Amino acid sequence: MPSEVLVKPILRRRPPQVEHNYLNASRGMASWLLTKDHKRIAILYLIPITAMFFIGALYMALVRIHLMTPTGLLLSPDAYNKSFTAHGVIMVFFFLVPVVPAVLGNFCLPLMIGAKDLAFPRLNLLSWYLYMFGAIWAMTAILAGGVDTGWTFYTPYSSQSSHYNVALTMVGVVIAGFSSLATGLNFIATIHWLRAPGMSWFRLPMFVWTLYATSFIFLLAVPVLAIALILVIVERVFGIGIYDPALGGDPLLFQHLFWFYSHPAVYIMILPGMGIVSEVIPCFARRELFGYKFVAFASFGIAWLSFFVWAHHMFVAGISAYSALVFSALSFMVAIPSAIKVFNWTATLYKGSITFEAPMLFCLGFVALFTFGGMTGLFLATLGVDMHVHDTYFVVAHFHFIMVGGMVIAYMGGLHYWWPKMTGRMYSQWWSKLAALIIFIGFFLTFLPQFVLGYNGMPRRYHHYAPEFQAWNVLSTAGSSILGVGYLLPLFYLPYSLRHGPRAGSNPWRATGLEWQTPSPPPRDNFEVTPIVVRGPYQYPQGKAQHEP
Amino acid sequence: MLAELIFWTPGASTTAQQVDWLLLFLVLVCGSVGLLVAVLLFYFCIRYRRGRVPKELPPTKKPLLLEWGWTLAPLGPFAVMYVWGAHVYLTAYTPPPDATPTYVVAKQWMWKFQHPEGQREINTLHVPVGQPVKLLIISEDVIHSFFVPAFRIHMDALPGRYTSVWFQATQEGTYHLFCSQYCGTDHAGMTGQVIAMKPADYQKWLNFESDGSLALRGRQVFLKYRCLSCHSTNAHARAPVLEGLFGKSVPLKDGRVVKADDGYIRRSILKPSDQIVAGFDDVMPPFEGQITEEEIIAASAYIQSLEPGGTPSRVEDYPPPTKTPAIKSEDIDHAK
Ligand SMILES: [Cu+2]
Ligand SMILES: [Cu+2]
Repeated sequence: MPSEVLVKPILRRRPPQVEHNYLNASRGMASWLLTKDHKRIAILYLIPITAMFFIGALYMALVRIHLMTPTGLLLSPDAYNKSFTAHGVIMVFFFLVPVVPAVLGNFCLPLMIGAKDLAFPRLNLLSWYLYMFGAIWAMTAILAGGVDTGWTFYTPYSSQSSHYNVALTMVGVVIAGFSSLATGLNFIATIHWLRAPGMSWFRLPMFVWTLYATSFIFLLAVPVLAIALILVIVERVFGIGIYDPALGGDPLLFQHLFWFYSHPAVYIMILPGMGIVSEVIPCFARRELFGYKFVAFASFGIAWLSFFVWAHHMFVAGISAYSALVFSALSFMVAIPSAIKVFNWTATLYKGSITFEAPMLFCLGFVALFTFGGMTGLFLATLGVDMHVHDTYFVVAHFHFIMVGGMVIAYMGGLHYWWPKMTGRMYSQWWSKLAALIIFIGFFLTFLPQFVLGYNGMPRRYHHYAPEFQAWNVLSTAGSSILGVGYLLPLFYLPYSLRHGPRAGSNPWRATGLEWQTPSPPPRDNFEVTPIVVRGPYQYPQGKAQHEP
Repeated sequence: MLAELIFWTPGASTTAQQVDWLLLFLVLVCGSVGLLVAVLLFYFCIRYRRGRVPKELPPTKKPLLLEWGWTLAPLGPFAVMYVWGAHVYLTAYTPPPDATPTYVVAKQWMWKFQHPEGQREINTLHVPVGQPVKLLIISEDVIHSFFVPAFRIHMDALPGRYTSVWFQATQEGTYHLFCSQYCGTDHAGMTGQVIAMKPADYQKWLNFESDGSLALRGRQVFLKYRCLSCHSTNAHARAPVLEGLFGKSVPLKDGRVVKADDGYIRRSILKPSDQIVAGFDDVMPPFEGQITEEEIIAASAYIQSLEPGGTPSRVEDYPPPTKTPAIKSEDIDHAK
């Protein structure tokens, strides 16, 4: 089996004495909480972000159990509304948006371009404190009384309700947003200034390209979100009419501002995932990434176009027919760079020498689910279909295909890919492959039924529903419990590997990236000698050598 | 059998048939491309798995043609989806001129309907099969959305502004009506039904339930709020005569010209100062907060029905407009 082939030489190479690396460079709480090392900050992010993921998932578990019967099983309407809101707010703003840039990007970006650290290590630490502050702030509001507006905070509902938790949650979201903005700024500066000698733009790994594109979205979009949410707070606290028509405001203005951030945010979430897949597939297929420049420019195409499609969330919200026509056309355009990527990933497999370790399984799953999810996006871009399925479970299923089937699975792929680099240990191949398989199956079972529910007319955010929708809801709940098992498995075998896993060695996947040319875990300053880059990122040996173990 | 398990909501309007055909087209196109990608993924994974290819392979080539091919190829089907989708959408939101206007007022958590013939309904809407019905929708509080899955139509109900959608039922039956825009605690309870009836039955229902037309009720609103004291045919009237106003272009004092539709009438009642008609002074008090959406709709229907010479003559011995007088039905008969 390929996996054994991988692990054996590593065991033989086990070093005789303990190396100095970033984990044991210094000790004590303070050395972590005041660290300026990008690798330690990545670990600092990993822990709360993982916690947020499971809290968000727990809220959804409540919702899915509740929806097993038409009248609802366990929650009151208000508790139900607060649960799906908590799920959305936590997952979107405190997990999906930051997770890949803050954890994997933070850890890998300097390593991948041959730098010692990010350009502004102190700013990086500040980002982490901002994230923690925002997360704790929002969680306090969510736990203290709950927010029932949905993660979209639509006005005038959100600006009218009588308690202050809505405003508090928004403050938390804005703070976390600025944490991401600072990270984005840091990434851009790092990519511009700190590339190793010879690391030209077109030798950058694709993950770096996608982080670069993502950082620009952060920079341009986060301020708009901040404005939108701060105006809600201004309206609530001072009674100045901005969104509430009773005060002379315009309720649609909020939707425009909110989606001006939140649509690009979808690409904030998916682009780094695409970057991960573009790293993993060449590595496990032992092939150069097909169409490197096309994939790189497609990332920027997506980032750029993502700013001009926001009103596709408002086709039935009372916008003019002309703007609907324009936004529909632009939404189709954004599908083209996404399609380019799918075709190029598929073509990368051609004439490869493919093995199927966990990172590869996750990334192949990503390609399948992202393709499916992206295509259903075409349905929603089509005006004539959207006017029927808008705000139904069809939309819920579509964006979970992109956000969970795409992003979460890509993140899992990336985490499994770089875990040996981050920790120096290899996890169980058997358990990790099993987890990938379970997540893939559970995911399909959870969300395919929701397309059916949506087209037949079940609206989203319903506490109870008409009886004919029950069968597919039960199926979806059953799927989500399988998905839940899949999510829980890594929580056991990954930490287990820290103590009991075999040492991974510097390059367990025999990958070509710079990050694999330094020991695992890397030393405090990443590289003993500054590397000099002479090749592109995916120069895997071809011909006979491609197939050597 | 299987088809019914995954696709059970009937398509019961002219729009529904168009949407379903469009959906079928999308499923076929996306399905075949998706299948192609899936088959290629599977095939490559099996054909090129490690150890399967022992012989020498040529180095990677970069077929630029292929890249540009799959970059540009999607544009074709996308254009078809776009144009077809836009056509269906524009049709669904452009009511035919003979559509019967029906008013929808949404509030947390109920739907109120007013037929031009005067029937009022809550959470149930009766419509005739085979005749177009145009909905004018407004909300009293937060945003809601009028959604009838069987008709494949959707329109948000906004506070402060009319939105509109139309449909023509093709099959008799009782269909779900859902609020699909999240609107608070009992969002899931903001449901109702649309009952599509044979035109003859519908006519019977109209007559049976009638308590005077919407315009007649609007006339009562008109009198109740003392609109007549200014909007009269009197030579010294301080406000424009409303006869034959509906649908006309109105020149405003500030030089703009606006169309006199439901939205214009509503705004002019609530905030008259925003749209002073050319040649008149800003004397009308704003009725914001004093008149309900339903009264506005009735008043608007009344104004629509006003033909030349239709304005009632002023009854001078009415007390000045300080308090709401009770209107007796004899008053109305008398004025006729
Ligand atoms: Cu969007
Ligand atoms: Cu509602």
